[in-house]
Amino acid sequence: MNPSNVLEIKGLSVEFSTERGRLPALRNVDLAVPAGAIVGVVGESGCGKSTMIHSIVRLLSPNGRVVSGSIHFEGSDLLGMTEPEMRSIRGDRISMVSQDPMISLNPVLSIGTQMVDIQYREKLDKSRKRARAVTMLQRVGIPDAAERLDDYPHQFSGGMRQRIAIAMALQAEPSLLIADEPTTALDATLEVQIIHRLQELQQSMGCSILFISHHLGVIAELCDLVVVMYGGEVVENGTVRDIFHRPMHPYTQKLIECDPARMVEITRVQPTIPGEVPDLARLPAGCIFSGRCHLAFGKCHDQPPALAGQDGGHRARCHLTDPGPGT
Amino acid sequence: MKPLLELENVRVRFRTRSATRAWLAGIRDPFVDAVHGVSLQIAEGQTYGLVGESGSGKTTLARSVIGLVRPNEGSIRFEGRELTGMSASDANRFRRHVGTMFQDPVGSLSPRMTIRTLLAEPFKIHGLGNADLDHEVRRLLDLVGLNPNFSNRYPHQLSGGQARRVGVARAIALNPRLIVADEPTAGLDVSVQGEILNLLGKLQEELGVSILVITHNLNVVRHITDRMGIMYLGRLVEQGPTREIFRQPRHPYTLALLSANPEPDPDARINRVELHGEVPSLINRPSGCEFHPRCPFARKPCADEFPVTRTGGDHHSFCCHYPR
Repeated sequence: MNPSNVLEIKGLSVEFSTERGRLPALRNVDLAVPAGAIVGVVGESGCGKSTMIHSIVRLLSPNGRVVSGSIHFEGSDLLGMTEPEMRSIRGDRISMVSQDPMISLNPVLSIGTQMVDIQYREKLDKSRKRARAVTMLQRVGIPDAAERLDDYPHQFSGGMRQRIAIAMALQAEPSLLIADEPTTALDATLEVQIIHRLQELQQSMGCSILFISHHLGVIAELCDLVVVMYGGEVVENGTVRDIFHRPMHPYTQKLIECDPARMVEITRVQPTIPGEVPDLARLPAGCIFSGRCHLAFGKCHDQPPALAGQDGGHRARCHLTDPGPGT
Repeated sequence: MKPLLELENVRVRFRTRSATRAWLAGIRDPFVDAVHGVSLQIAEGQTYGLVGESGSGKTTLARSVIGLVRPNEGSIRFEGRELTGMSASDANRFRRHVGTMFQDPVGSLSPRMTIRTLLAEPFKIHGLGNADLDHEVRRLLDLVGLNPNFSNRYPHQLSGGQARRVGVARAIALNPRLIVADEPTAGLDVSVQGEILNLLGKLQEELGVSILVITHNLNVVRHITDRMGIMYLGRLVEQGPTREIFRQPRHPYTLALLSANPEPDPDARINRVELHGEVPSLINRPSGCEFHPRCPFARKPCADEFPVTRTGGDHHSFCCHYPR
């Protein structure tokens, strides 16, 4: 493992056993989160983003199984840890913010109680813990934090609730924050507020962020590095400028073209990617995107391409950008 | 152009405390105005977009149009007929002409019904069960671009995009004049979002329906709507032709909303109008212009006087003392 990476996933494959047989939900996924970086993961629903997060925190559903690969976090392999060891990492070294803050906050406990409860690992008295909670709430921008500590989640607005969820996730000063579409439920002005707040906190605390979203604008604005996933594979990764200015994989190119924010001319007919996401139970023999790719040729249909490009830099899984051996 | 739907000064109030509790707590008026003084018109074949943050009253307004919420004041006219105060059976008959797409596509389809049953349901509810339902189901699936063998599937066997298509098919089943679409593309990927929007556009062209679309995706509004309205704390603070508003937003909230839209370009230089402070609670509405505590351009009169609605050209109106 590269010591400058907080999180390093190598060759991760995960499958689910279902009544339709075994579904290979993730295949040979590589991903690295360098210390102090914000890494964005983009892809359509069903591309394996959530499965990947659940594998990292080892909370896959009972029918899911890691087939191969490794997940190294701060030097140790998460997949080889015992459950008590894993518990000491979840919520302390790695924490999460989910899409809907109402789900991660308990509606019948005041936010002060919840923020004191999550400090159960600290050997401090309760008034100290409350003071720390107030400081953290102030840092995420909750006005009158001290007075509002005994309020319940429903007394806060949507944007404030999401900031409270972020405060709770950052209370333990984790080295990795996993944010799973934290701004989808918010309007544009609040979305921007949350993004800037995350950026500030990341800089002052020095943690790394793994940011999952399918909002390309948010990814472009917030992230340093981007990973594009499709059908359970990483199809491209690179810096945010590589991905948005020089996308190599046809899927990434199409995805960016499809964003209505991109089109200056007003049009009633929106561009789309024709075809359907591949059925994981019946994977194509060649490239995973070949069925929908407008550039697919001969070997795309029978040989799966490898992730190729600069080592540790901009890479894509495509026959067009990788001439391959012997050509 | 003849308006299909006309709203005038619609006000929807929700009770916050029971009468006894309010009396005990000394609260005189235990209500909040979820929608306040909203007037708008949707012409035939037009698409109207409602934007605003969550909690600004967009969904409540839409629910009052389809009759799921009774407005406390104001009038809602559909093809010139008054809907408020209609008897339940009349309201049911009216609802035949309005198709609804609800926010959560899978949640709005009963998990225990097949797609066929789900698509036949509107016909049965409106006493049209004698029609050749198999034929209707095939026709609807074809219209929304789904294979006929989908009719035997259950909602959980569909992808998000397919479930939305079934939602569209249900909304257009009875040839409505108006479709109310609440966040029709929330949670969808850009390419699937494009498919659903194209489908709505195609159906609008073929069937001539009007669409009221609620969303907080400004890019969607820009491309598919003819007119738009921006809601803040239950009021329409600005409305007008979409092009006009994107070209020159007059209300500071609209300006902030439009400039906040993140661009899919890491090097984009965005001149943002930043808002400070929090969205006020509906229970404690600010004095004067309700946007003034967050407004970067507020001056003295803003805190005291409620601004009158002014009109620019082409039915563009805004509610601000110092429009941009």
